[in-house]
Amino acid sequence: MELALEILPQVLLDGIVLGFMYALIALGYTMVYGVLEFINFAHSEIFVLGAFVGVEVLLLLQSAGYLAILHPLIILLLVIVASMVISGFAAMALERVAYRPLLGGPRLVALISAIGASFFLQDGLRLFESLWRNTFYLNYPSLEFLDQTVPLAANLVIPVKSILVIVTALMTLAGLYVFVNRTKLGMAIRAVAQDPDTASLMGVPVNQVIALTFFVGGALGGLAGVLFGIHYSLVNPYTGFIPGMKAFTAAVLGGIGNIPGAMVGGMMLGLLEAFAASYLSLMTDGAFGAEYKDVVAFLVLILILIFRTKGLLGEKVRESKA
Amino acid sequence: MNSKLATLGLCAYIAVSCLVAFFFPQSVLAFLSVEASLLLLYYVAAPRRVKIFLGALVLVVLLPVLGSVNGYYLEVAIQIGIYVALALGLNIVVGFVGLLNLGFVAFYAIDAYLWAIFGSPQANAFIPGGLFPLSPNWFFVFLLLSIVIGALTGALLGLPVLRLRGDYLAIVTLGFAEVVRALVNNLDKPVNLTNGPRGISPISKPPLFFQPLLEFFGLHVTEAKLYPLYFYFLILVLVCTIILVTRRLENSRIGRAWKAIREDEIAAAAMGVPVVRMKLLGFAVGASFASAVGVLFAAKQVFINPESFTFMESIGVLAMVILGGMGSIPGAILGATGVTILNLQLLKGMSLWLNGLRQSGAELTIPLLGSYSLSQLPAQFEPAKYERMVFGLILILMMIFRPQGVLPPTRERKQ
Repeated sequence: MELALEILPQVLLDGIVLGFMYALIALGYTMVYGVLEFINFAHSEIFVLGAFVGVEVLLLLQSAGYLAILHPLIILLLVIVASMVISGFAAMALERVAYRPLLGGPRLVALISAIGASFFLQDGLRLFESLWRNTFYLNYPSLEFLDQTVPLAANLVIPVKSILVIVTALMTLAGLYVFVNRTKLGMAIRAVAQDPDTASLMGVPVNQVIALTFFVGGALGGLAGVLFGIHYSLVNPYTGFIPGMKAFTAAVLGGIGNIPGAMVGGMMLGLLEAFAASYLSLMTDGAFGAEYKDVVAFLVLILILIFRTKGLLGEKVRESKA
Repeated sequence: MNSKLATLGLCAYIAVSCLVAFFFPQSVLAFLSVEASLLLLYYVAAPRRVKIFLGALVLVVLLPVLGSVNGYYLEVAIQIGIYVALALGLNIVVGFVGLLNLGFVAFYAIDAYLWAIFGSPQANAFIPGGLFPLSPNWFFVFLLLSIVIGALTGALLGLPVLRLRGDYLAIVTLGFAEVVRALVNNLDKPVNLTNGPRGISPISKPPLFFQPLLEFFGLHVTEAKLYPLYFYFLILVLVCTIILVTRRLENSRIGRAWKAIREDEIAAAAMGVPVVRMKLLGFAVGASFASAVGVLFAAKQVFINPESFTFMESIGVLAMVILGGMGSIPGAILGATGVTILNLQLLKGMSLWLNGLRQSGAELTIPLLGSYSLSQLPAQFEPAKYERMVFGLILILMMIFRPQGVLPPTRERKQ
């Protein structure tokens, strides 16, 4: 029991960091689901792309000798902006090539196409990195600034990396909230999510709004990718699958199409996973350990869907027309 | 007259391609043309009896003979058989009932492990008495048992999740498959059920009950030669049974109910189709096919570990069903065959060919751009390693240009 209390702050911190990452990725799923009603299966690859852009920018800066000269915050800003922009455009391109030709058809067709796009991007990234760097397992170069820790209490040491994740994610989520609720473009996105036909009659350019949604979702995924890379250091083209699945779980947990729901769901899933990872072995005397955290996450998804089919905060998708 | 000509032509084609494959056992193209003869058989306008006879001739006589010349052919044929059976099972769930199942491989995994655990010394780890491995004769008992267990697991998963809408169902089935894989991967403690990531081996093979018969006829075949043939015929029988069952189901009351649910669930319910029960039945039937193949797979591989049951496998089978044509039996067969050949033969063949080019160091002269030595071709560029990329591209292109698949079901084709 004492041990359980002692590690509690650390577990909470881990859960919050993980939760913010899931929330950022989940937003990409949920926003796209809101406007198009389909699972953008390739979103996990957009997330990985963000991580790879991040590591590439850092490696390029390193080889040019700027990594030691520039202020760490400028470096971080550069990395984050680069990966958000590239991931955003990649998501837009994906929509244009693989999804738009299929609009209006059965949803299964678009989902299969998304799965195809996901596979294509995984191996495409692998091919590119193999040709370019001779390996597709890349390590983030360490930044001294990020390796520091801030001791907060006797049993809680906060690494700067975690602070970075929390601060960036909070700022982005606040920005997204303002964007979606207070700007004209945000209103357009909400209008298309509610009813694309009526929105189009009101003069909303539906296709452009969908592209914009993909851009925003992709940029958030790219940001999550960079933060993931910085936090866990190692990336490869196939790392996206599990976080992507979890993030989708988070989006469903909160109620798909529902933007605050994705944030809540992500945070819940992150905390749940951190608790499972740390307390499962304590609770079962070591019989079941941290390796069951994925099982717990998916079981929770299945249970939630059985008992609350529309997620915790309810879906926000249009009523399907009969 | 016309059909007789076509039949003659086909016979000639089969004879020539088999002869070529017999005398050039290393040629991938020769074997591909033998495989293509079955596809031609499907298209040719010949009487049904002739078609069945020729098909049986190729599958029962010619392929095994070729397979004893080059063992790899039999291996490919067995793999194709396994995937055809899986694709036919998934075809029922996705194609007939219209439920997207992204975790189909879970059923396959459960029963592969069932035989693996009891057909190897693995079970001794948790059942005392040193009873295991069970004698090979139990294989057939487990084959039958797996059908029941598969149907039960299918129904058990289906029961809670079938109320969910399409996309949610897809994700839940995916989650289920990941849970199964994680369990298989981690249940080496506290009790060593599955031996974890190290996998289980050696798994017993099915009994050679007919060996005395062969001896009686004076045929002395070594076990190493006999087993591939044995597995080939086992999988052939299994696939034929599955095709027969699926065909009977498709045109029955149940099959029509499934299709009604696929087209419009509400209308089907209004017409008195017991929607939930029919969906459950679809789940159970599909799962039982996969389970039976799982047992066979475990016995054939001798060694299995969780790596064989990844998400990639589920998607691979789904791609086979979709590429071939959802809801169509010939489509599922063609899709499974095509994708397996692509993976096992075409991509590998291309890799070998590129390697050959690289080693030959030939110069490639492109006008205006100068010459380029092929030995500089990057070594990372190996098609066999990028099957997902090829796969992904095929999936996207198919969805854009021919979403109904190569061989869509006939009734839809007429419309």
